[in-house]
Amino acid sequence: MLRAEGLNHRFGAIRALDDVSFSVQPGQTLAVFGPNGAGKTTLLRVLAGLIQPQRGRADVVGGRRAIGWIGHQPQLYAQLTVRENLGFWASLYDVAPPAELIARLGLEAHVDRPVRALSRGLVQRVAIARALVHDPTVLLLDEPFTGLDRVAAEALSRLLGRHAAAGRASVLVTHNVEEGTGLATDVAFMRAGRFVHFAPRAGRGAAQVAEEYRNAIA
Amino acid sequence: MTHLRVGRWITAVALLLLAGVYVRALAYTPVEASQGFAQKIFYLHVPAAIWAETAMIFVGLASIVYLFTKDPRLDRFAASSAEVGTVFCAIVLTTGPIWGKPIWGTWWSWDARLTFTLFLFLLYVGYLLLRSAVPDPGARARFAAVLGICGMCEVPFIHLSVYMFPTLHPMPIVLQPGRPKLPGSMLTTWLFSLGVFTLLYVGFVVQRYAVSYLREQLEVTEQ
Amino acid sequence: MRSPELLRHAWAVASKDLLVELRSRTAIVSVATFVVLVLMVFNFGRDQTAVSNVDLAPSILWVTFTFAAILALNRAFQIELENQALDGLLLAPIDRGSIYLGKLIANLIFVATIEVIGLPLIALFFNVRVLVAPLVMVIALATVGFVAVGTLFSAMTVRTRFAELLLPVLLLPFMILPLRWAALATGLLLAGRPLSEVQGWLNMLAVYDVVFVVLAILLFPATVNE
Repeated sequence: MLRAEGLNHRFGAIRALDDVSFSVQPGQTLAVFGPNGAGKTTLLRVLAGLIQPQRGRADVVGGRRAIGWIGHQPQLYAQLTVRENLGFWASLYDVAPPAELIARLGLEAHVDRPVRALSRGLVQRVAIARALVHDPTVLLLDEPFTGLDRVAAEALSRLLGRHAAAGRASVLVTHNVEEGTGLATDVAFMRAGRFVHFAPRAGRGAAQVAEEYRNAIA
Repeated sequence: MTHLRVGRWITAVALLLLAGVYVRALAYTPVEASQGFAQKIFYLHVPAAIWAETAMIFVGLASIVYLFTKDPRLDRFAASSAEVGTVFCAIVLTTGPIWGKPIWGTWWSWDARLTFTLFLFLLYVGYLLLRSAVPDPGARARFAAVLGICGMCEVPFIHLSVYMFPTLHPMPIVLQPGRPKLPGSMLTTWLFSLGVFTLLYVGFVVQRYAVSYLREQLEVTEQ
Repeated sequence: MRSPELLRHAWAVASKDLLVELRSRTAIVSVATFVVLVLMVFNFGRDQTAVSNVDLAPSILWVTFTFAAILALNRAFQIELENQALDGLLLAPIDRGSIYLGKLIANLIFVATIEVIGLPLIALFFNVRVLVAPLVMVIALATVGFVAVGTLFSAMTVRTRFAELLLPVLLLPFMILPLRWAALATGLLLAGRPLSEVQGWLNMLAVYDVVFVVLAILLFPATVNE
C-alpha cells in the first residue's frame, strides 16, 4: 500500500534521510523507532507528500486522499465548533463527516461546542476524528501518544487495531519503544537517516525490542 | 578558488577602465551646452541605472529556472546579482541628486526615474531582507525565487510609468527608437562607460558568487 | 475539469477563514477602530484653508485603506499558524491554488468590509462625493492588486521572526504602482472629471491585477511545498 525507494534528503548540511527503502503491505503496522534527529518525522513527511525528497520516491496507493495523519498538532480551529471543524476538513476530501466515527470517539455530546472550550482529552479525541474523517486506508502517525490522556490513548490503540484488522496499513514513528511495540506487526530502528534494523516483530515483546533497540542505537 | 580569482581580476580591470572613463569624460569629451559640467555625471548615472534594472531581470530569470531545477547555483547567482543590483541602485541614487542639484536647484525631486530607481532599490532591499530572515536554505531559496520573479515582473510596469508621468527628468536620448541623438564623442564615452559597467557587473557577481559558494562549503565542513 | 473543484475548495477555505474571524473578531474590530482613528487624526491635523478636501481626500483614502489591508493580510496565514493547521491543508487532496484563492477571497472580503466602512466616513468627514461607480471601480481594482500580492507574500513572512514588519517592507514596492494610478484616478474623479480621462489608469490597474493574480497562483505552491 506504501513504498519508499532510495529516499535521500538533506537540510543544508544535515542528512535527514540516507538511502531509505522499504514497503508496507495491507494489514501491516510498521513502527519506526529512533532518537530525536534520526529523521523519523522527515520520513513521515516525505511519505505524506509534504516534502519532495531530493532523491528517490515514495508512493502511497490512493495518493493524498488515502492518507490520514495523526501528529501532536490537533489541526483544529479553536474558535470553531467540533461539527464545523469536522465539516470543514471533510469538505476538503469531498465527504461528509461520518456519524459513527463521532459516536465511537464519544463526541456526540460535544459536537456543537467550540474547540477552545473543550478539555485537553476531548480535543485529542476530536483530533483523531479529524484525521479519520475521510476513512483513510493509510495512517501515518508522528509520536501520536505524546501527551494523550488514558481515555484518548486507549481509543487510539483500539482504532489502530481495527484499522489493521480491516487490512489497512499504518506507519508509526516514536522514540517510545515500549508503547509502540504492542501495536506493531513490523519494527524498524532508525539512526542518522538510515534504517539499521527492519524486520517483522514476530512475537518479540516490548522489553526484548527495547533491548535490541538500545544495542542498535547506542 | 579560481572563481574568486577570476572575479577579482575582472573587477580590477573594470575599475581601472572606470578610471579611464572618468578621464575621458572629464578631459576628452565636450561639455554639454544647456546643462554644463554637471551633465558629465550622465556617463556614470545612466549605465548604472541600466545595469540596476538589468540585474533585477537576471534575478527574475535565474529564479524562474531555479524553481524548475532546484539547482542551488542559480539561487547563489540570483542572490549575487541582487546584491550587485543594490549597489548599482545606490550609485544611481547618489549620482542623480549630484547631477540634479546644479540643474534643477534641488537635491531630490520626485521625478519619475529617480522615484522608481528608489523603488527598485526597495525591491532589492526587500529581497535581501527576506533572504536574511529565513534560516533554512531550502525555504530561503524558494521564497527568494518567488520574490525575485515578482520583482522582475514589476520592472516593465515601472518602465511604463516613467513614460506616462510628466517629469523633470531629461527624456531618454540614448535608449529611444531610432538612432541615439548623442553627438559622436559623447556617444563613444557613453558606450565605453556602458561596457565598463557591464564588466563591473560581471566582476562583482562572480566574486560574490564565489564568496557565497566558499561560505557554504565552510558550513558543510563545520557540521 | 479542475475548475469547479478548485473553486469549491477555495470557497471552503475562504468561508472557514471568515467564520474564524467572525468568531474571534480580533482583526475586524481593531482595523475598524484604526480606520476611524486615522480619519479623525487627518481631520484635526490639516489646515482647512491651505489644502482643499478634494485634493487631500485621495491620499487620505489610500493611506487608510492600505494600512488597514496590511493589518488584515497578516491575519490570513496567522490563523493557520496559531492552530497549526497548515499541514492539514497541505495534506488534503486539494490543489494548492485552492488554498491561495481561498485566502485571497477571504482577504478581499475583509478589506472590502473595511472600505465599505471607511468610504462613507470619508464622504462624511471630508464632504466629498465618493459613492460614484467609477471611483468604486478604481478602488476595487487597486485593492485586488495589492491584496493578491500581499496574500502571496504573507504566506512567506508568517513564519519569519519579524513577520509584521517584513510583510509591509516586501509589499510596499508592489503597492506603490497601483496606488499611484488609483490615487491619480481618484483625484480626477473627485474633481468631477469625466470617465474617459481615467480610462487609462483603469486599464493599467486591470492589467496589473491580471498579471499578479495569475503570477501569485503560479508561485504560491513554491511558498508552501518543501
